[in-house]
Amino acid sequence: MADETTNQGIPAPEGASHIIETDYEIGQDNFETQVGPFGLDIHNPVFLISALSIMAFVAYALFAPGSADAVFNGIDPSDTCEAGAFCDLGMRAYLTSNFDWFFLWSANIFVVFCLFLIVSPFGSVRLGGKDAKPDYGYPGWFAMLFAAGMGIGLMFFGVLEPVYYFGTPWGDEPLGVVRPFTEDGALIPENVAAARRMALAATSYHWALHPWAIYAVVALALALFSFNKGLPLTIRSAFYPIFGERVWGWTGHIIDTLAVFATLFGLATSLGFGAQQANAGLEYVYGLPNNVTVQVILIIAITLVALGSVLRGLDGGVKVLSEINMGMALLLLLFVLFAAGAATIMTGFGKGIVAYFQEVIPLSIPHGREDTGYMQGWTAFYWAWWISWSPFVGMFIARVSRGRTVREFVTCVLIIPSLVCVLWMAVFGGAAIEQVIADPAASAVKAQVIDSYNPPLSLFAMLEGLPFAAITSTIGIILVIVFFVTSSDSGSLVIDTITAGGKVDAPVPQRVFWCTFEGLVAIALLIGGGLGALQAMVISTGLPFTVILLLICWAILKGLIQERRNS
Amino acid sequence: MFKRIMAPVDLAHVERLGPALDCAADLAKHYGVPVVYVGVTSSLPSQLAHNPEEFGQKLAAFAEAEAARHGVETSAHTAIAHDPTTEVDDALMRAIDETGADLVVMASHVPNVMDYIWPSNGGKLAEHAKCSVMVVRS
Repeated sequence: MADETTNQGIPAPEGASHIIETDYEIGQDNFETQVGPFGLDIHNPVFLISALSIMAFVAYALFAPGSADAVFNGIDPSDTCEAGAFCDLGMRAYLTSNFDWFFLWSANIFVVFCLFLIVSPFGSVRLGGKDAKPDYGYPGWFAMLFAAGMGIGLMFFGVLEPVYYFGTPWGDEPLGVVRPFTEDGALIPENVAAARRMALAATSYHWALHPWAIYAVVALALALFSFNKGLPLTIRSAFYPIFGERVWGWTGHIIDTLAVFATLFGLATSLGFGAQQANAGLEYVYGLPNNVTVQVILIIAITLVALGSVLRGLDGGVKVLSEINMGMALLLLLFVLFAAGAATIMTGFGKGIVAYFQEVIPLSIPHGREDTGYMQGWTAFYWAWWISWSPFVGMFIARVSRGRTVREFVTCVLIIPSLVCVLWMAVFGGAAIEQVIADPAASAVKAQVIDSYNPPLSLFAMLEGLPFAAITSTIGIILVIVFFVTSSDSGSLVIDTITAGGKVDAPVPQRVFWCTFEGLVAIALLIGGGLGALQAMVISTGLPFTVILLLICWAILKGLIQERRNS
Repeated sequence: MFKRIMAPVDLAHVERLGPALDCAADLAKHYGVPVVYVGVTSSLPSQLAHNPEEFGQKLAAFAEAEAARHGVETSAHTAIAHDPTTEVDDALMRAIDETGADLVVMASHVPNVMDYIWPSNGGKLAEHAKCSVMVVRS
């Protein structure tokens, strides 16, 4: 009896959405077993290939660090390479300097595509079918979008980037804007306004529409093909319109494995670097020793909290932590805003938005530019970085976005986070630039960003110039750590779902495995070296993923057309 | 003694639920009360259904089949969890209130060492639910 009901093909509900009819059954390639007391339900072969190849690459980075560095970072011990050759630049810089035009144009296409979706009739398609209700309210939803997507970047680059563009002595001025300092570090007052304006515009360019359009494209594709078309929630489903039934075979295995790969290494390497940043902050503020032992303890602590979070699940863990995180970040933002002078900063924010809209087109056109330091070293690097993170962030955004219309979805993923990012940069960067202008010689920010380049300390140097520095720096360190936890737990959920073939009800030990594995990879790379090489490798995956994302835009259009035809 | 029996079912593993399902039906017959079958799903496509509506249809078909097999009155109730791996217990706790059941009959595996770390769903429900809970080992 029971068997009849479970195996019968019951027709889909009428009129709600356009279900793709496929012979594939979710979980058909899965391997259910019991290892000791652990129940497992894993996708064969994606789980195995990902886990084994990740171990192989960690081993490569650990046992041949010189070679890995040479390939990916272009660190050449023998110093025999010609300047600009592949072996001089390494894979990452080679890609960002030779394919800068491709990255920039692709990102522009994603922005235009998203804006088109907002105004087109496709905007009315609802994710999850006509009558779907949103799973999450706005506050929880936004908190999760941010915490997974770029929370940690805001902490790291909020002060660093605006100040760097404002006063870079290394020739990375965006669009060749004038420098506000003379060679010996004295301020040139008449250049300040122009440099500050361009600093905010150029920073906002990297954090506003373009990155969020990249995330929105991936997230929309996954949400559409999963919630409306009934395909499993894994990256391969977005390719169904392109490859057809082949996505359930090796084509799909490779796509999913690549996504797991980029996500795990992206998380593990930034976990390693994040531990170094938190440690640098702890040393700066409390004089704690800055060494591998402290960093390993930090990684273990972060992993344990992330583990607790994934064990409590999406609603009880990840969402709660994201909300706490956003609450703390908001408090810090308000504090910096008022401590540094709300009137000045908000004027700067207004000017920043205007400058962004004036400069976004010149900044996003890769031809006839002299500022290659900015365009290749920063913009193309950022685009590759956002794109290599997009499978993870996109999949997580998709999972929490059911019940929104396409228009609401794109608006909320594109416009609102962009505004918040610009505000954040205007407040943190604006406050820091004020400090630099007020007294260049005594400014700790100038010392850490312009005089010597010490990125992890830029935030703490800015907070030092404001009241209650001890308290706010502590909050800053906690925020850095909690932002890592929220990336780590959402990342583990995503990897677990992909390696379970799109099942979201796989046994608990699997997500424990991925979360722990990520911490172990980070520790191994931290102790053995190779963090830089593997991070460069992850960013290098940005190039193939860009091609994939362009194909996805087409798949989305095709999917939306069918969706409208059916309703 | 009881007014309504709730029987949580995992449609993907119905073959393991035999004793619990029989027990629920026998008790329903004994007390002359209906059984409500509760299934937990996420809003994402699963191996069973493309969406919660389709899941609900399958669950209803299952409930009807059980009614025919045991000759008791049955109904179906779909509980949605965002993250079924960890939120099955909460979803079932909510379902007890929503269905107004005063007895839960559910299957559970024989406990092993892992139950000290992650208690079974049946164990958790027995510990926290206000109504009676009968855990049937399979």
